Amino acid sequence: MAHWAFLIPLVPAVSYFVILLFGKRFGERCSYIGIAALSAAWVMAAINVYQWIDRREIVRESIEWFEWGGGSIRVGTHVDGLATMMLFVVTSVSLLVHVYSLEYLRGDRRYTHYYAALSLFSASMLMLVIADNTLALLTSWELVGLCSFMLISHWWEDKDNSNAGLKAFITNRVGDVGLIVGIIILYFVAGKTFDIDTINSAALSGSIRHGTLLIAAVCLLAAVCSKSGQVPLHIWLPDAMAGPTPVSALIHAATMVVAGVYMVARLYGVFFAGLSIDEGGMNLLALVGGVTMVIGASMAFVQNDIKRVLAYSTISQLGYMVAALGVGAWTGGVFHLFTHAFFKACLFLGAGSLSHACHHTFDMREMGGLRKKMPTTFLTFTIGTLALAGVPPLAGFWSKDEILNGARANDFPIIMVLGFVAAIMTAAYMGRALYLIFFGQYRGHAHPHESPKVMMIPVSILAGLAVVVGLLNAPFADYRFGQWVKFEVEVENRYGAAGEVAAAAEAEGEHAAEGEVVAEAEGEHAAEAEHVIVHSITEIKELAPGEVVLFEPEEHEFNIGVAGSSVAIGLVGLLIATWIYLLRKAPKNLLLVNPFRALYTLLLQKYYLDKLAVDGIAKGTAGPVADGSYWVNQKIIDGAVNGVGVTTKKYLAPFAYEQLDQFVVDGLYNGLGETTKGLGSAFRKLQNGRIQRYGLWLFFAVAILGLVVALLA
Amino acid sequence: MNWFDDWGITLTVFIPIVGAIILLLIPKSEEETIKGVALLTSLVTMGFAIGLMAEFDYDDTARLQFEVNKSWIDVINSRYHVALDGISLPLVLLSALIIVLCIVYSWNHFPEPHNPKALLALMLVLETGMIGTFVAQDLILFFIFFEVVLLPMYFMIGVWGGKNREYASIKFFLFTLFGSALMLLSFLAVYFSSKDPVTGQHTFDIVTLSTAGVLDVSKTAAVVMFGGMFLGFGIKVPMFPFHTWLPDAHTEAPTVGSVILAAVLLKLGTYGFIRIALPILPEGAQEWAPYIGLLAVIGIIYGALNCLAQRDVKRLIAFSSVAHMGFVMLGIATLTTAGINAAVFGMVAHGLITGLLFFVAGSMQERYHTREMSRLGGLLISAPKMGWILGFTAMASLGLPGLAGFWGEFPAILAAYEPLSVLSEETFRTYMVIAAVGTVLAAAYLLVMYQRVAMGEVPEEFRDEHIHDVHGPEWIAWAPMLILILALGIYPKLLFGITDDAVKHVTEGIATALNATAK
Amino acid sequence: MALNQFLLLSLFLFCTGVYGALVRRSGVLVLMSIELMLNAANLNLVAFSAFYKGELSGQVFALFVIAIAAAEVGVGLAIVLLLYRNLSSADLDRADSMKG
Repeated sequence: MAHWAFLIPLVPAVSYFVILLFGKRFGERCSYIGIAALSAAWVMAAINVYQWIDRREIVRESIEWFEWGGGSIRVGTHVDGLATMMLFVVTSVSLLVHVYSLEYLRGDRRYTHYYAALSLFSASMLMLVIADNTLALLTSWELVGLCSFMLISHWWEDKDNSNAGLKAFITNRVGDVGLIVGIIILYFVAGKTFDIDTINSAALSGSIRHGTLLIAAVCLLAAVCSKSGQVPLHIWLPDAMAGPTPVSALIHAATMVVAGVYMVARLYGVFFAGLSIDEGGMNLLALVGGVTMVIGASMAFVQNDIKRVLAYSTISQLGYMVAALGVGAWTGGVFHLFTHAFFKACLFLGAGSLSHACHHTFDMREMGGLRKKMPTTFLTFTIGTLALAGVPPLAGFWSKDEILNGARANDFPIIMVLGFVAAIMTAAYMGRALYLIFFGQYRGHAHPHESPKVMMIPVSILAGLAVVVGLLNAPFADYRFGQWVKFEVEVENRYGAAGEVAAAAEAEGEHAAEGEVVAEAEGEHAAEAEHVIVHSITEIKELAPGEVVLFEPEEHEFNIGVAGSSVAIGLVGLLIATWIYLLRKAPKNLLLVNPFRALYTLLLQKYYLDKLAVDGIAKGTAGPVADGSYWVNQKIIDGAVNGVGVTTKKYLAPFAYEQLDQFVVDGLYNGLGETTKGLGSAFRKLQNGRIQRYGLWLFFAVAILGLVVALLA
Repeated sequence: MNWFDDWGITLTVFIPIVGAIILLLIPKSEEETIKGVALLTSLVTMGFAIGLMAEFDYDDTARLQFEVNKSWIDVINSRYHVALDGISLPLVLLSALIIVLCIVYSWNHFPEPHNPKALLALMLVLETGMIGTFVAQDLILFFIFFEVVLLPMYFMIGVWGGKNREYASIKFFLFTLFGSALMLLSFLAVYFSSKDPVTGQHTFDIVTLSTAGVLDVSKTAAVVMFGGMFLGFGIKVPMFPFHTWLPDAHTEAPTVGSVILAAVLLKLGTYGFIRIALPILPEGAQEWAPYIGLLAVIGIIYGALNCLAQRDVKRLIAFSSVAHMGFVMLGIATLTTAGINAAVFGMVAHGLITGLLFFVAGSMQERYHTREMSRLGGLLISAPKMGWILGFTAMASLGLPGLAGFWGEFPAILAAYEPLSVLSEETFRTYMVIAAVGTVLAAAYLLVMYQRVAMGEVPEEFRDEHIHDVHGPEWIAWAPMLILILALGIYPKLLFGITDDAVKHVTEGIATALNATAK
Repeated sequence: MALNQFLLLSLFLFCTGVYGALVRRSGVLVLMSIELMLNAANLNLVAFSAFYKGELSGQVFALFVIAIAAAEVGVGLAIVLLLYRNLSSADLDRADSMKG
């Protein structure tokens, strides 16, 4: 299957075009085209999972995309553990969301468009995860952004929705600047190639100057911030909840927003070497992730809209993943991505079910006491909440524990502390949501009822997965997620005395040849016996120059201390929520007292980051700056042009015309004309029509001529 | 097909003008015949252009093919020298295609004051000028074709234009003429400092002049000569700060006029840089490149900012041209293969995308009788297909990967990371970052435009009006552009495959010349 | 035989003709004056022909001139006739529609 991996995105892509072109003819039935396509893709992805576990052989296929300056740029598929896992996640969630939407969007005014966009999104996302080069990655990266834009502003009649779509797209564009610049830098320093493997091994091998690598990594980090909702570019994600709920589940929780995390995991060599992750302490990636998980969680407390609570929760969880990669816990981060996709999609679809029941509202103030009325939703939502809160043995526990353990073992104490803080907050705000929705008295005006099966079955499947997938990487299992999905890349030591001199002296052009050598060597080595495995740059530096090893980020043993603390902390969070929201024991006026009030306002205003970005930067650019620039254009540049024109016309031209042209030049010509005219009228008198007079003139003329001839002779 | 080798280009160039003369002989009342003849002429021209494409040798795109080199004006050693290489071919095809599409588009809605005969004749004359410019290999021949396009465009804007047409057309005319004058001076300077190694005389031949050693000038002289060409070509592009004729011309021009202007005429300038200015005067290019790059990135940011301030759809698209041509010029300024490849790709992509945007804007104006964005809205409701096409094109224009616009932008930014070795890396890397920021602004102004025009509810004033969705001629005119935008975007080799060798030939020439003097 | 007498006669005839052609108003008289000039020329031709023995071309020319003069009178009279019809007089001074 892995050799035919391109088929997996191709099928939904075809489905997109079919729905787009013939959607009208199929009407509501077009949804089945999408479902059929995704089912096919899911089957292929599942076969691929089986084959991967069976063989664990990285498969690469590529064709030439284009050629320039003699260099050939290829595009193709790269199927390894990470891609296999992502393919499975994306197709699973997408398929379930397709089914769920059958009911949720029934009768929607743009039903066909909705399914077309879902198909396009699935295709782009699947393309993204199997891309073997950064350029294809960039392409699908932007395409998923486009689909996100299309689906957020699905109900674009309302300006708020289209504003949210714009905000998402433009914020992502800001990050894309970083992605573009980062890709370009890597293209040149890795020897004019977009190939991800080559870039990774070049980055780790030490053939690239560390400073350059750092800049590239920071640039890419900007893209991660925008796509994966990291502070300070997270602002679009809560607004993106304007889209239909299944879209939020698929795009803004399970798949697209993790593209940034995926990219870091994919280009881990660059980040690992560029940010010196193995040195511990702190680095930018971990810092961004750490700050995001706390800030995201804190904002989730003050939201009344259940989807927004989940959106901030997503931001916070994405922070965990980024922080995990930042502290070197590669498997932990990727595993959290994996588990989070299921339980967060489950929560979102549960929220959709709630809104379906309660007159399309997401406001938790208008819910309450739904435990009895919607038992399935309650059950699944509770499973999702507990998984998110990190209660064992549900999915979230294992992955979160692995991240915290990684932070501890790799010497990132601050991140570990931030992780614990975020964990307690997560448990608390999810408890709050749970109690507000399902306990107490019903406060709305609708007549809630359980959603139909076609919606609840996908939610139940996701809830079931949320229970079991965590066990895949449980410490007691024989078969482990960490063995199937890992980052490994062959690295040749190019540090060391000889290496460093060479790296400094060499022009970048020379690397091209070596990059190819590495790529070629890789094919050979795959078949050969295993290499020595190293876990850090220091180890690579200690090798003999030119020695080839296999790089893998380090994995750590299960630590009962960390696990126990994390469980305890999750329970504390839940207890706090119970105390405040279920038992209502908190002082009533707490929020009216400083500093709680100030904190509350700060959170409600989203730390004023939205204001800064939207009112400050975006509106500032579109307003005063753009107007100013246009003023410059109209008044100064155009003014100068017109000024030259007017001056010429008003002063220069009259002078030239009246003084020079009319008087001197024209006078000359007019004089000539007048003379001719005078002569003409004089001669005209001769022309009197009397032939005899002509004869007379002729006679005299001949006579005079004759006289002259006679005299001369 | 021997005769085709000799006559192919000449026929492609001159069939349109023959068609235009035939049009003049048909009485004005025979409108159907006039349209038929015009369409037939453009189709035959297109046919010949496709013939050129089919017979073209893609294994050797750097070589000048279908070459014709006959004596023409012996007194000044100017020759009728026309030929095609991988850089010219896509542009010739683009010109021929755009004219066909414009004729189809205007089939039954000619702008006021109607008069299809004159408008079609002007379009055909334009076609001769455009194609001629792209195949000419002699400076005088190039100059003549370059100027041939001026007058028809002047009349097109001045007669069929909007309210402010006189101002716009005169501005366009004077600006371009001013540039051309200086360009001609430079051509003459080049002529008098050249010496054909074969005949020993001065020469106007572009190919000969591009060979090292033919032109014997000091560096200062080369810089001055390049300056003249820079003005001539730069005004046509148009580069900041010579762009002010463009928004006015575009806003006032009739739809087809805007389309031709955006799709092809602007490319005459950039093509001039690639074909003439850079290869003939590499030393001048080296000195000018940082400034060209600077003006290019200023243009990118500045054009985008101005777009954000616009209330008029057409004017917005016009300013977006300034920004997009900035990317093309940035690519050229790097003097690298990747950069100039990007520039040629950008030229074609911009031609298709902005041409289509102008088509759609024109159709919208026809339906709503306004271009004010504040009055428009809900296009996706009133005319969903047109709304989708506008959305698609806007996405292509903002450089979405997978569509043609991306391959003009991204490689240009990429090339700026590593310009030709004689240029300053720091300067160009700064430009790279600025240009990349420009892509954000591009997204902003296009999406804001799309949101205002296409999304939201239909405004009060148009609620009861019947807004016709895309109709027959529009489909025929737009479909090829849509398909090409998608095809080139997905498989850029279609274009890079043609241009690459030819561009490499140019850049290698420049590199050799500069290294020779640098060492 | 002296040539002079003939030439003098011829001169006299020619001058009379010229005078008549330039001065007379009547178209018919102008035609007659022209005939006089032609005949003055004829006289010259014949006189020279007789003076240079064996040279007959002068006489042949004279014959041609007579024939052409006949034709000329025919055309001329027709013009005068038309003139008279249009202007109801043969006065040449009144035929000045070519005046500049």
